[in-house]
Amino acid sequence: MMGVELYQNKVTDISWCPGCGNFGILKLLKETFHELNIKPEELVMVSGIGQAAKTPHYLRCHFFNGLHGRALPAATAIKAANPTLTVIAESGDGDMYGEGGNHFIHAIRRNPNITNIVHNNMVYGLTKGQASPTSERGFKTPVQLYGVANEPFNPIAVALALDASFVARAYVGDATQTKAILKQAITHRGYALVDILQPCVTFNKHNTYQWFREHTYYLEDDYDPTDRVAAFARALETERLPLGVFYIHPKATFEDHLSMTDGQNEPLFRKEPDLAKLTELLRTKQ
Amino acid sequence: MGKNESVSIVLCGEAGQGIQTIEAFLIRLFKAAGYPVFATKEYMSRIRGGSNSTEIRVSSRPVAAYVDRIDLLIPLDADALSHLERRITSNTIILGEAAKIKPPEHRPVIDIPFSRIAAEIGNPIYANSVAGGVVAGLFGLDLALVTEEIEGFFGVKSPDIIQKNKEAAVKGFHLGKELRETGRVVFEIRPEAAVSDDIIVSGSEAVALGALAGGCNFVAAYPMSPGTGVLTILAQHAREFAIVAEQAEDEISAVNMALGAWYAGARAMVTTSGGGFALMTEGISLAGMIESPLVVHVAQRPGPATGLPARTEQADLDLVLYAGHGEFPRIILAPGNLSEAFYVAQKAFQLADEYQVPVFVLTDQFLVDTYYNVPRFALDRVSIKPQIVETTQDYRRYVLAPDGISPRGIPGYGTGLVGVDSDEHDEAGHLTEDLELRVRMQQKRMRKLEAIRKAADRPKLMGNEDYQTLVVGWGSSMEVIKEALAEIDRPELAGLHFTWVYPPAPEAIHYLRQAERIIMVENNSTGQFGKLLHAEFGVAVDHRILKYNGLPFSVEELVREIVTILTEE
Repeated sequence: MMGVELYQNKVTDISWCPGCGNFGILKLLKETFHELNIKPEELVMVSGIGQAAKTPHYLRCHFFNGLHGRALPAATAIKAANPTLTVIAESGDGDMYGEGGNHFIHAIRRNPNITNIVHNNMVYGLTKGQASPTSERGFKTPVQLYGVANEPFNPIAVALALDASFVARAYVGDATQTKAILKQAITHRGYALVDILQPCVTFNKHNTYQWFREHTYYLEDDYDPTDRVAAFARALETERLPLGVFYIHPKATFEDHLSMTDGQNEPLFRKEPDLAKLTELLRTKQ
Repeated sequence: MGKNESVSIVLCGEAGQGIQTIEAFLIRLFKAAGYPVFATKEYMSRIRGGSNSTEIRVSSRPVAAYVDRIDLLIPLDADALSHLERRITSNTIILGEAAKIKPPEHRPVIDIPFSRIAAEIGNPIYANSVAGGVVAGLFGLDLALVTEEIEGFFGVKSPDIIQKNKEAAVKGFHLGKELRETGRVVFEIRPEAAVSDDIIVSGSEAVALGALAGGCNFVAAYPMSPGTGVLTILAQHAREFAIVAEQAEDEISAVNMALGAWYAGARAMVTTSGGGFALMTEGISLAGMIESPLVVHVAQRPGPATGLPARTEQADLDLVLYAGHGEFPRIILAPGNLSEAFYVAQKAFQLADEYQVPVFVLTDQFLVDTYYNVPRFALDRVSIKPQIVETTQDYRRYVLAPDGISPRGIPGYGTGLVGVDSDEHDEAGHLTEDLELRVRMQQKRMRKLEAIRKAADRPKLMGNEDYQTLVVGWGSSMEVIKEALAEIDRPELAGLHFTWVYPPAPEAIHYLRQAERIIMVENNSTGQFGKLLHAEFGVAVDHRILKYNGLPFSVEELVREIVTILTEE
C-alpha cells in the first residue's frame, strides 16, 4: 500500500450524511498521517461517542472507541503506558466539551503528549439535532424550542485559561490551512487542541459552509502565538472567529513527570515486575 | 479466648492526640517481644477531635478479630469513658491521668500523670512514649528491648528527640513494672507462636503489595475513604517500582484511564469505595464489551450515598455484582484476612488478564484499616504470566474463540492493528449492526463465565467435617467467625468461608447440602450473599445474623447470636 491508501480501511458503509464535514476531516487526517509518515502500526485513534467519534472505524490504524466523553482519560493512559505511540483523541463538541468537559479541563492541566481533535459543528448529530455546548444563543432545536439560552462554551478561551500547551482552531473547508495546523499539532510535544469548525448539513441549517466562510478569518502572519494575553483577546472574538494557531507553550509533559519513563520512552509492557525489590520491601515490614 | 491467652488493650482519645503513634509503637514492640498482635481502629470522619479508639490484641496465638472486651483501657481525654461505656466492665483496668479523663466514681482509675512526666522531660508530646513504656512494664517486657524499639521507631528523628522519648519510655516502664510487681495489674501471657519472621502490614498495604506482586504497574484513583490507602501506598512506591500512580479528576476518569492502560499493555487497577465505584459503572460495562482486563479494589463503607465515611459494611456486593449495563462475565474476590488480601490482589491481575474480564477485590474499612503480623508473603507462589500476544498482519482482536477467550494483542507489539469498540463489533473490533453476529459475540463473551466458574476456588471449611449446622460468611468476617466457632467449640458446628464470591465454585453446593441448618453472617441489612447462594444453588438460608451499624462483628456478639440460634431449637 502506498500513500494515503495506507490509512484507508476497507469499509464501505460509512454512516455520515452526504456532504457532512466529517468526510473532509477524514480525508485531511489521512493526508496528514501520510505526509508526517506516521505508520498505522504506531498510531492510536481514541474516540468517544457521536458521529465524529466513528472516524477511527474509517481509518486503518489502532483504535480505542470507548465511552461518550471519555476519550481523553483513555488516551492519556495509552500514551503513558506506551509513549512510543502517536495518540490522537478525537470526538465531537458534545462529547469533548459536554459529557467529557471535566476530562477536557484536567487533560489540559495534565499535559500528556497527545493531540485532541474536536469536530465542532455546534449541534448534536447522532441524537438528532439537540443543542451542543457550542451552539449559539437563540439556536432553535426540537428540545431548545425557543432557542438556546445558555452561554456557548468557548473551548479556545478555556484552553488558554488553563495554559494549554498548544491551542488552535481550524475550518474544514480550508484543506491546506487545516492540514498545516494538524501537522503542527501532532508534532507538538504536549497536549494540543485542534478545534475544527465543520457544518452539520442535516441538523444545523444556521452554521453552514457559507456561514463559516463569512464568519472566520486567519490570524495574521505576524501574530505571536507565545503571547497568552493577546491569544486570549482573540479567543474572545465571536463576530468573526479567528483561525490558526492561537498559542504555543512548550512545557514538561505528563509522561515526563512519570518516574517510569525516565526520558526513555519504554513501554510498560516491556518491563518486568521487580520481584527482587518487592522482596526487599517485604523485609522492611518485618 | 481468656485473658491469659489474649489481652485486649484499647486506646481512646481525640483525633490528633497521637493514638496512632502509641498504637504503631506498641505493635512493633509486642511483635519484637515475640507476641502475635492485632490492631483495629474505629474513628469518626474528621481530622481533629471526636472520639476515636484503637484496639490492640496481644495474644499467645494469632488472632485477627475484633472483641468487645477491654482488658486494659488507656483513655486520653474526658470523652473516652463515655464513648466506650458499653464495653467497660468491672474487669477493665483503666489507666490514665485522672485529672484529664475525669472518671465517674464507680470507675476506679489507676492514675498515671503522663503529661506531667512528659513535661518534666521537656515536652508534653513525650506522653505517648510514657504510655508505651507503662504498657511494656505491665506486661513484664525487657527494658532493653523497649529502648531498642524506641530507637528504631523514632530512628529518623534527631538524637535529642530519640533520647527524650527513651527517657519517657523508661520512666513509664518503671511505673508499669511497679504496678505489676505490687500485684495491682498483672497480665500473664506467653507467646506460643513464632512471629519473628512475620511481617506487620495493614489491609491497605496487603492489597497494594499484592497488586505489585501481580505485576500492577498502573493505578488511577480519586481519593475516597477507605479505598485511598491503596493509592497512597502505591504512589509512595511508584518511583521505586517504576509504575504510574495517578490521582484522576474523578472516578470516571480513573476507570477509563485504567482501561486505556490495559489496552496499551499495562496492568492497571483502580481503588475506591462504593460511592466512587458507582461513578465507574459505565466503565465496568465498557470493560465487559471491549473484553478488557481490569482490577477494581472496592473498600466498602456503609451507604447509601455518603453514609458513614469512616465505618465498615459489606453492603456493596450487589453493587459490584450487577454494576454496568448489559450482560458480561466478571469475578468477585473478597479476602478473609490480610494474608488473603495479598494473594487475592495478586491473583486478581492474573485472572483479569487470563479471562479478559473485570476482577473485583472487595474489602471493607475493617479489613483495610486493621493491621497485624502475618507470615511473610511468599513471592515464590507468585506467577506473573502476561497473556498478551504479538500480533500478525491479519490480527483480529475478537476472534470467535471456542472458549470465548480471543488472544489479546496490544498496539505497538507485532505487525497487526488492534481495534476495540464499545459498540457491538465484528472480529476486527469494528462496529456492526449485524444482529446474527451480535448473538455470536454475546455468546462468545458469556462462554468465558463458564470457564471462570470451573476455575473458581472452593470455599474454605472451618471446623469439623461432620457438621450439621454451617455458619456461612464471606470477605472480612472470616477471622471473627473462626474465633467465635472455636469459642463455642461444638462438634456439630462448622464454618464455611467464601473468598471467591462470584461466580461461586460449583462444588460449594456439596458443603451447603450437607448442612441441616445454614446460618449466614453478613455485615449488611439484607443478607446479599445469602440471596446470591440461593440464586446460584437453590439452597435456603435458615438464619441470618446481620449487622449494619457501621462496626464489624465482635467475637462475643457472634458467639451470643450463634448460641441463641442453636438453643432456640
